[in-house]
Amino acid sequence: MAFNIYDFTSFTQSIDQGLNSVMPAFWAMITEMVIIGVAILAFYALVGLFLVYAERKVCAFMQNRVGPNRVGPYGIIQTIADLIKLLMKELVEIKKADKLLFTIAPFIVIIASFMAIAAIPFAKGLHAIDFNIGVLYVVAVSSLGVVGILIAGWSSNNKYSLIGAMRSGAQIVSYELSVGLSLITACILVGSLQLSTIVESQADGWLIFKGHIPAVIAFLIYLVASTAETNRGPFDLAEAESELTAGFHVEYSGIKFAFFFLAEYMNMFIVASIGATIFWGGWMPLHIGGWGSFNMVMDYIPPFVWYIGKTAVIIWIMMWFKWTFPRLRIDQLLTLEWKYLLPINLFNILLMAFIVLMGWHF
Amino acid sequence: MKDFFNYFSEIFKGVASLFRGMRVTGYYFFHPGQIVTQQYPENRKTLVMLDRFKGEVIMPHNENNEHKCTGCGICELNCPNGSIEIISKQILTDEGKKKRIIDQHIYHLDMCTFCSLCVKTCPSDALAWGQEFEHAVYDRSKLTKVLNQAGSQLMKGVE
Ligand code: SF4
Ligand code: SF4
Repeated sequence: MAFNIYDFTSFTQSIDQGLNSVMPAFWAMITEMVIIGVAILAFYALVGLFLVYAERKVCAFMQNRVGPNRVGPYGIIQTIADLIKLLMKELVEIKKADKLLFTIAPFIVIIASFMAIAAIPFAKGLHAIDFNIGVLYVVAVSSLGVVGILIAGWSSNNKYSLIGAMRSGAQIVSYELSVGLSLITACILVGSLQLSTIVESQADGWLIFKGHIPAVIAFLIYLVASTAETNRGPFDLAEAESELTAGFHVEYSGIKFAFFFLAEYMNMFIVASIGATIFWGGWMPLHIGGWGSFNMVMDYIPPFVWYIGKTAVIIWIMMWFKWTFPRLRIDQLLTLEWKYLLPINLFNILLMAFIVLMGWHF
Repeated sequence: MKDFFNYFSEIFKGVASLFRGMRVTGYYFFHPGQIVTQQYPENRKTLVMLDRFKGEVIMPHNENNEHKCTGCGICELNCPNGSIEIISKQILTDEGKKKRIIDQHIYHLDMCTFCSLCVKTCPSDALAWGQEFEHAVYDRSKLTKVLNQAGSQLMKGVE
């Protein structure tokens, strides 16, 4: 079995061939699905746990604190201790809640983020499913999570939950537009919605450099809008601890609460990886056209490291947002989207189309 | 046209003010030396509390085991939640006069709200704030303390 950290294509193909040679095609496909499902599940849990820890450390440093530092060296296993605690907590039954919806809401949220992660290219050939409409798929699937949030808020039969859920709905409806349009701006330049093609097209320079002004504007809008879409601070009106206690998940306890918590962090990871994939070239190393030896050095760093590194930087920026800015009011939130981001975004698309038409990009 | 410029100047002003905030938190992030958190159980030896910290009410005694409490009972009257009990006794002075002095100044730490009224109103400044804060005990009765030390006397010159 050929294993190459720079190109996983032959590795995945050899698994595919090996499976096909021992069983019929249908069962081979089922087995592959299970393998991928388990792999992504493990990745999901690991990244989720790590992100919770990272968030605490980052926010502590930004606030001149130390952060978790008691459980394990530098508090590394703090989140595992928290997970065990959450697993052992009682699942409180809400008498007046809509039992069925109340139970499935966290699963909807987590499945939505799970589906999105399947379409993300982690490295060359390490890509569970490569749709030709990958960008559209990711945007569509990642916004499904709000259905879960709305159901959670509604079925809890609690006014705080409902207000939180409605806010979340208004927020996603608005900011989904900006996320979609800013991604479309990038897709105009590439001319494809397929994530693998988008990454390949950035081999001679990342999109944010190739598309210069409109790409930078699109990236900034994407950053703001995707932070809002994941319901993170300063756009965490759906939770708004100080006004709504905890918003849509106020009635949830134990592992169901943990699902919401994990999904929030995974959504952050997903939007960060999409941002990294589309604007910063995903797993593509930093290449500068014409600098042969520089590009060679960059190629020595494995694509997976590039991908994780870029994603981590974007996540760090989103955490920086969260721990710096105060929460917006709902009217400010909608003003920001409809009066500022959306018009700028629409104009930006025109600008990008014009630049592509005139061939003024690199 | 004016509105048009206002629109953009508002955006730039907004972004600039956001950046100002991000600069502060970003600076802190990259300068862990600025961390102010005290690592409590580890730094127990070197821990210095602030002067105005209110740990518990104490009665300072000098090296001759003398305090300044005359047993007047003003602190007892002023304490809003009855955390202080004054038990006084009569003695005969050298000149053969009867005098009331403090027998036991009882302080219930478990009821004290740290309002500082006793310390402020004591006419002879007999009370003060101590810096001790590790008050956790297994038995509540340990929190009832007698502030004047055994065998202590009133300081000379304090009436
Ligand atoms: S501590 Fe002060 S106020 Fe209280 S009894 Fe003694 S002298 Fe009076
Ligand atoms: S600090 Fe306040 S509550 Fe405590 S003993 Fe003095 S007067 Fe009473």
